[in-house]
Amino acid sequence: MPKTLYDKIWDAHLVGQRKDGNSLLYIDLQLLHEVTSPQAFEGLSLANRPLWRVDAHLATPDHNVPTTGREAGLSGITDLVALEQVVTLDKNCTAFGVEQFDILDERQGIVHVVGPEQGATLPGMTIVCGDSHTSTHGAFASLAQGIGTSDVEHVMASQCLVQNKTKNYAVTVDGSLAAGVSAKDLVLYIIGQLGTAGATGHTIEYRGEAIRALSMEARMTLCNMSIEAGARAGLVAVDQTTLDYVHGRPFAPKGALWDSAAEYWRTLVSDEDAHFDAEIKINASNLEPQVSWGTSPEMVAGVSANVPNPEDMTDSVQQEAAGYALTYMALEAGTPIVDIKVDRVFIGSCTNARIEDLRAAAIVLKGRSVASSVKEAIIVPGSGLVKKQAESEGLAQIFVDAGFQWRAAGCSMCLAMNPDKVGPGEHCASTSNRNFEGRQGYASRTHLVSPQMAAAAAVAGHFMDVRELLT
Amino acid sequence: MKAFAAHQGQLAPLDRVNVDTDQIIPKQYLKSIKRTGFGDYLFDGWRFLDEGDIGMTPNERRLNHEFVLNQSQYQGASVLLARDNFGCGSSREHAVWALLEFGFEAVIASSFADIFYSNCFKNGLLPIVLKEKEIEFLFDQAGDNVEAQIDLETQSVVCGEKTFGFEIDPILKAKLLFGMDDIDMTLAEQSLIVEFEQQHRSTQPWLFDRRST
Repeated sequence: MPKTLYDKIWDAHLVGQRKDGNSLLYIDLQLLHEVTSPQAFEGLSLANRPLWRVDAHLATPDHNVPTTGREAGLSGITDLVALEQVVTLDKNCTAFGVEQFDILDERQGIVHVVGPEQGATLPGMTIVCGDSHTSTHGAFASLAQGIGTSDVEHVMASQCLVQNKTKNYAVTVDGSLAAGVSAKDLVLYIIGQLGTAGATGHTIEYRGEAIRALSMEARMTLCNMSIEAGARAGLVAVDQTTLDYVHGRPFAPKGALWDSAAEYWRTLVSDEDAHFDAEIKINASNLEPQVSWGTSPEMVAGVSANVPNPEDMTDSVQQEAAGYALTYMALEAGTPIVDIKVDRVFIGSCTNARIEDLRAAAIVLKGRSVASSVKEAIIVPGSGLVKKQAESEGLAQIFVDAGFQWRAAGCSMCLAMNPDKVGPGEHCASTSNRNFEGRQGYASRTHLVSPQMAAAAAVAGHFMDVRELLT
Repeated sequence: MKAFAAHQGQLAPLDRVNVDTDQIIPKQYLKSIKRTGFGDYLFDGWRFLDEGDIGMTPNERRLNHEFVLNQSQYQGASVLLARDNFGCGSSREHAVWALLEFGFEAVIASSFADIFYSNCFKNGLLPIVLKEKEIEFLFDQAGDNVEAQIDLETQSVVCGEKTFGFEIDPILKAKLLFGMDDIDMTLAEQSLIVEFEQQHRSTQPWLFDRRST
């Protein structure tokens, strides 16, 4: 029987049906960070259980590390509760022998940037992390899922996850993205089409010529937000782009081992006649840059559109949700998206903090300045190595010259667990993944956009079609 | 883990779709390294009119009297009624810990997000999926300060004169009924895992003995 890519990875990791009928899935890599691991390590210690496979774990602090004063290391963390959490990760990694890129390591960064960058993420793997954006790694045709802390402990203790198989969802994207329109715009558009629960119970495979044309980093942006459509994971099949990216990275296999791995990885594509339970087809060529206007990632519109009127919506529950969202966002129905002013700009997060994202933003910002009405504009690279690369390419200087603050790596203002926050009532053009109420700070108002759209908003002081700056 | 067999308790209607885990327990409380202490901050941004932080107690906060859980008729409610896609967003299990600690034993909704749903079963919180029509009925009733009677064994919710059946995976059901520990259950199959691992190592050796250097 023809198999989907998901079926193939599932079958290759199926330990077996347990006596109770559940499936046990073997996990190749568990990524750890400071926020969702302490209770799991504690549980393991209390039960006096060892870590099943030390070499299948990799850790780095990212959620609450500050993005300034980082040369001071741990003593640069002024929030004592956050400090305890980062120190706890240090202690646990030492006690259990887990490899960690700590706060002073130049390889430290957002787990979902670090894993691929180091080649820790490989095609065909099963990957978990106590973080919903683990779906990012699906760009490598690895089955990557976010899990809760109890499951983190379960994987630590048994290297397995108890699971039922999901259904298969094909998101087929034909055509090609226009200049100034990125993978971020594409995924926001897809979520707008599917809705935030549209792919619940499914694993999405992104297919089609527009996907094949994407770089690995763009594929990561796409897969990253699969969870925002409710999917358990997102996948892109292996091709030469995948292999070229992985080759030569520190954790990647070398020599003869590389050859046999690459030979296997080339089989990680859906069979031609494989069955998908659901499919949506999208043409990328007509897509314009997207901006979210509400408090759920499905509340998104093209930059040339207006903020929708809840009264025009047919579903009463949706109508009510849109009404709540507009009140929270202090937006009036019918307002052109380009008339929404921004108080802050954040370029960063596991969605958009890789070197290509920074290069894209730099194209827009070169020789331009942040509008005086913008209170703060920050760029937070996804890892210490991305930071170093951006500095050596001269991108950091472009950002600083334009009036952006250039920070150290971490999750930062995406979820505002560290000191980087959007103030109450402020609108933020953000390259992150969630526009939930209070996500970026108490009473903050988030608009999700691509790095180039965020850069354009910084320059204009309000949203604008970045393509006007690119011609 | 805490077992769940049956429960009778008052319904609290939270009339919103897509309630995300950032709303259930906001980020500033995730800095704790413990599994407890989250109940005071459940729905923090909706329950209170001021910004809270870890360590603050509810009596030093400004209550939002309009929020359903602060209304006098819903004090002591232990069954949360919600709409589609409850628990979407972040994988934080703290959301389930906060709901339980606040006093909820079950959540009834028309659908749940995957990770939240899975997290419920690790902690003894029962998520119940009912049809839209039935949810609508319960929202109508909940205004009258009514109780729901939940029986996991028979998979039923009784509210007034109505009885609604619900579906649940038999394994998840058994886990809740007996409060079974996932890790114990899996490690009982240890030999199966070891056997798989050996074979996996021989077919994909590049996945083993990995370090950066």
